[in-house]
Amino acid sequence: MSKTYEYVPEPALVKGNHDFKDITAMITDINIRPTPKGWYVAFGIANMLLLLLLGSIGYLVWEGTGIWGLNSPVGWGWAIINFVWWVGIGHAGTLISAILFLFRQGWRTAINRFAEAMTIFAVMCAGIFPAIHVGRIWVVYWMFPLPNQMLMWPNFNSPLLWDVFAVSTYFTVSLLFWYVGLVPDLATVRDRIKSKIGKMAYGVFALGWRGSNRHWWNYEKSYMILAGLATPLVLSVHTIVSFDFAVSIIPGWHTTIFPPYFVAGAVFSGFAMVLSLMIICRKIYGLEDIMTIDHMEKMNIVVLVTGTMVGFAYIMEQFIAWYSGVEYEKFIFMMRAAGPYAWAYWIMFACNVFSPQFFWSKKLRRNVTFTFIISIIVNIGMWFERFVITVTSLSTDFLPSSWGYYSPTIWDVATYVGTFGLFFTFFLLFLRFLPMVAVAELKGVMPQADPHNYDEDGEFVPPKVEVPEPYKNQTNQ
Amino acid sequence: MDKKHSDKTIYGILAEFKNPRELTDASKTIVESGYRNFDTFSPFPIHGIDKAMNLNKSKLGWIVAGHGLLGLLGGVALIYFTMVVDYPMNISGKSLINVPAWIPVLFELTVLLSAFGAVFGMFFLNGLPKFNHPLFDSENFKKATDDGFFVCIESEDPQFEEEKVSKFLKDAGATNIETIYEE
Repeated sequence: MSKTYEYVPEPALVKGNHDFKDITAMITDINIRPTPKGWYVAFGIANMLLLLLLGSIGYLVWEGTGIWGLNSPVGWGWAIINFVWWVGIGHAGTLISAILFLFRQGWRTAINRFAEAMTIFAVMCAGIFPAIHVGRIWVVYWMFPLPNQMLMWPNFNSPLLWDVFAVSTYFTVSLLFWYVGLVPDLATVRDRIKSKIGKMAYGVFALGWRGSNRHWWNYEKSYMILAGLATPLVLSVHTIVSFDFAVSIIPGWHTTIFPPYFVAGAVFSGFAMVLSLMIICRKIYGLEDIMTIDHMEKMNIVVLVTGTMVGFAYIMEQFIAWYSGVEYEKFIFMMRAAGPYAWAYWIMFACNVFSPQFFWSKKLRRNVTFTFIISIIVNIGMWFERFVITVTSLSTDFLPSSWGYYSPTIWDVATYVGTFGLFFTFFLLFLRFLPMVAVAELKGVMPQADPHNYDEDGEFVPPKVEVPEPYKNQTNQ
Repeated sequence: MDKKHSDKTIYGILAEFKNPRELTDASKTIVESGYRNFDTFSPFPIHGIDKAMNLNKSKLGWIVAGHGLLGLLGGVALIYFTMVVDYPMNISGKSLINVPAWIPVLFELTVLLSAFGAVFGMFFLNGLPKFNHPLFDSENFKKATDDGFFVCIESEDPQFEEEKVSKFLKDAGATNIETIYEE
């Protein structure tokens, strides 16, 4: 059999004819030039939502968790749903910055800064819920192993305590990773900005970075080690989040599929969130040459893969519930698909399993508007996933006499909507004051950065694409 | 210019190169000519320049390993003290030393401390933060974080002689050669 082979070269990561100076200017000018008016409008709206959050938290502290819709069988409501949802969103940032780094995926450099910022702010939003749901927020420090007047310690055998350690470690490590990446770029802004205050501020945070290759040498090592640490960390964090459910004996929660299923779902929703944010920002800030359609397509493939994994998990859960022969397990999965919360289950199923399947089509993967719509749908679906898991299992538990229907109150909604205020307040500050693309890393993946792409006279020669010969012997075998 | 600086000591000679390749080649030449106290500067890490500059392996891995071990052992000590020694809880006669349940927290603490080691260890090895540096006096050096590639041969080098080094760098193809003074 004869085959014709076609060699498809890797497309250039940065489109257009940009040199290093252009890249620096494109990204850091956003920080240096005066604030655009539209930014103030967006910031104002975000601030109002933030006030809503602070107001709802204030009222919660004053009045107690009774203002939420929690009732007797359903003791976990929107607080844990929102917590898991926001933490999950955060995971895409670490996946892009750490796992894709270890896999040497050069395209991550266009979006990693951005996604890491999203991670940090999403984890901040997530962290609020466990902190405020404790009721007596003034003794929230009991969650940490600190000496107290009761001479008691937290229980290290409890998944809820594992969560405290996992999320706080995750936040700290993400912040450190982000900051390490930022240092060279802050130095770039420091060297370009004219205002005295700006020079001072960026100068302090740039720590006196001067691009020394003796420094880069340790820096790259540090970056690689951090990526190596963040990779198992991100997997462990959502695993431990799933343990909050899986280690209990509630039907529908007590399953071993939870850790991988939660991690896949987290990556799924996080990539969708990165896409939503990226599609808006690349347009507004004119970064289409850096965050290209190729990037969007690659991310859509991740969305497709993880979405399908999530779909597999939904079906496998149903199968195992039947196969296990456990009465309660079988019943709860029946109730999910056909019980009082069937509407939520099918919203979840449609958004998470069916909607990403459109991305099998290359044309749709490369369609900006379509991708944006799907990315929003996916995040709605992932919110419903957590809703279904949390609420269905609790509302119809072992004893029919204690069953009850759960609905949120206005304060549940206000707190959730308010977290968007927190998220976007920080995100807008980030867009305004910090380089939103990793300038140094992006330059590093351009062909001009490779010393081999220069001829004897030191002139840049674009790398030639070598088309390998078709493997001739194969036809004979 | 020289008069202004006549009473100051020289920090080194700074020279600019055109691109990553010239910088790598220059590093090789500098090492071959026997200079030891020099550094190169670029807006991004250059592939292969570590070999050209003859850099030793980074010691950072050891720092991280030490911190990771500290996190792990510290975690064991914390959990053992709180769960076994100070406040033992007898739950249906189960063993107090419940290692599987300790793994998540021990893992997180190991990662946390390792990350501290990786970040602060890196800044420590690089001697940062250092807000002022003789090189920051050079206006041209601002390009080092944008699109400039620089070499600086420091006066601490035993072979250092101002004229000789300037000529040497010029022969290596450098432009914008300037003398940097200590402040």
